Amino acid sequence: MSATTNSVDYRLIDSTLRDGSHAISHQYDADEVIAIVRGLSSAGVQVIEIAHGDGLGGSSFNYGFSKVDEKELIARACEEAGDSTIACLLVPGIGLADDLKDVHELGVGMARIATHCTEADISEQHIQTAKKLGMEAIGFLMMAHMNSPEGLVEQALLMQSYGADTIYIADSAGAMTTEDVRRRVNALVDALDIPLGVHAHNNLAMAVSNSIAAYEEGAANLDGTSAGLGAGAGNCPTEILAAVSNKYGIETGVDALKLMDVAEEVVRPIMPRQQVIDRAGLILGYAGVYGSFLLHAQKAAERYNVPQAEILMELGRRQVVGGQEDMIIDVALELARKHAEAGE
Amino acid sequence: MPQRCAIIGSGNIGTDLMYKMLRSDSLELVALVGIDPDSDGLARARKEGLEAPHTGPEWVLENADDIDMIFDATSAYVHVRYYKQYAEAGITAIDLTPAARGPKVIPPVNLYEHLDAPNINMVTCGGQATTPMVYAIRRAIDSLPYAEMVSTVSSSSAGPGTRQNIDEFTKTTSTALREIGGAEQSKAIIVLNPAEPPILMRNTVFAGLPEGSDHQAVLDSIHEMVDEVAKYVPGYRLKNPPVVEVGPFHTPGGEVPHRAVVLLEVQGAGDYLPTFAGNLDIMTAAAMRVGEAVANAKSEVPA
Repeated sequence: MSATTNSVDYRLIDSTLRDGSHAISHQYDADEVIAIVRGLSSAGVQVIEIAHGDGLGGSSFNYGFSKVDEKELIARACEEAGDSTIACLLVPGIGLADDLKDVHELGVGMARIATHCTEADISEQHIQTAKKLGMEAIGFLMMAHMNSPEGLVEQALLMQSYGADTIYIADSAGAMTTEDVRRRVNALVDALDIPLGVHAHNNLAMAVSNSIAAYEEGAANLDGTSAGLGAGAGNCPTEILAAVSNKYGIETGVDALKLMDVAEEVVRPIMPRQQVIDRAGLILGYAGVYGSFLLHAQKAAERYNVPQAEILMELGRRQVVGGQEDMIIDVALELARKHAEAGE
Repeated sequence: MPQRCAIIGSGNIGTDLMYKMLRSDSLELVALVGIDPDSDGLARARKEGLEAPHTGPEWVLENADDIDMIFDATSAYVHVRYYKQYAEAGITAIDLTPAARGPKVIPPVNLYEHLDAPNINMVTCGGQATTPMVYAIRRAIDSLPYAEMVSTVSSSSAGPGTRQNIDEFTKTTSTALREIGGAEQSKAIIVLNPAEPPILMRNTVFAGLPEGSDHQAVLDSIHEMVDEVAKYVPGYRLKNPPVVEVGPFHTPGGEVPHRAVVLLEVQGAGDYLPTFAGNLDIMTAAAMRVGEAVANAKSEVPA
């Protein structure tokens, strides 16, 4: 049932170098990547994910251009990985199956294929490509708060049928309560033949407790990032998750103190802002808006002189999904026009 | 004499195209060809008094003497398998799949360049919606180092063909932005949105503007091109006026000081599918535009 080794209760996947990339507008350089991979690997993290924040091929006007070509950074990560597996995330519609072939050659062992939580059937091509290459393939359902437990089961079964080794649900908007997580994990663990994982965000200050709840309901994989670096108000902080797991007597196989060192000495110094739950971050979770919209909305708010909070609330009302960053400009222009008409 | 036409593929695209073609003077629709005898498309074709065989492309090859032109609304896979046989049988193929075997045509840019080609590719819905904008920006400046498009379509209007091979969509669209739009580097992105009620098709074009570009000329050119496309896709429009944003932006084509952002919406004509499916409508409308131009060209040249 579990893909984890016998010695650990859940497998930890660290996404500092992928989801964390949103929080630094995809400006990682090779030295930072090397330092983070070395730190995580020496702390015993089983899987380290790296890519543009929006997955392979995400470097763009819409999502922000990477400072350094992600494949160059992935190559460095593979060299420094030690016993850790290097993973990449790919969003069909943004990245290509060809990208998986490229990163497999660099030494990447796991592909996480991410779709919106109702669109699993666009992942078949990419899950199968990953499997053919001999990679572990994870089906990754984003914005999972927007689908019911039953709906998620249906989508997860599709990914399982394509050959996925593990299914993940991602609370990409950090919008789920613990009860929301429990119901979904419970239904999925019952229905699937393969292990489940949960990727939490901290917009409602629930990331760690939701992750622990997911474990209690049977999730065998959990995501985090060092210092919580990530989209929106941030991810589940890996070092806190490890510390809390120790208190519960849950065996993680990672060294919580070493993870605290990485967070404090390697990651915090490169963070342009600490991961706090400010108004904008909280609104993401409250309105159920994709976390990586945060900084893009801030830029658009400055450019068009409209309140960031209004942009985020309107995006929530429109039910936009991950990937629709262009709608931030659309909404900002419309709000600017409305404010102008109202004579403000 | 009108061209005798068959539509292959009785799904959403094929059926919508059928209703458009039934109104045409220069294209005489003979058959809607499917593979599922119980499909809604074939039932509708029978109701219109058309042939509605379910033996797929083979039916077309068996009846090649009575068909001048086919419109392929199957999948890239099926088109690749049969396109040579259509050409050998003397049938002009208008390809609505992303197979991209023949020259790509975006009507307001290069409609008249390939009218004698045995196989014409209609790129993708996103390509039809955004390549004209990229071309419009390119013609107003000296060079276009990088262009990007993002298409968002409602989940219910994305058929199984698109879903099973979404990479074909992004690759073919991206190529069109360079080859036809004139960008030096390009990227295409597609997003599916399941919101209810379904959203109208949205397309956003980003273009990197080099130092010294005449921004007013860029904006004017965009407006002119929107009018041009709207002539054959009535629901094609700007959602907001185009804007030029200040960078700098580090694009794959080099650093640029500004970018143009064009926010488009496409409302379908509602011939078969609901009006939100502008992505399907722009494909069938563009294919009609090409088919009629080919028919007119053929009628001007004595056989």
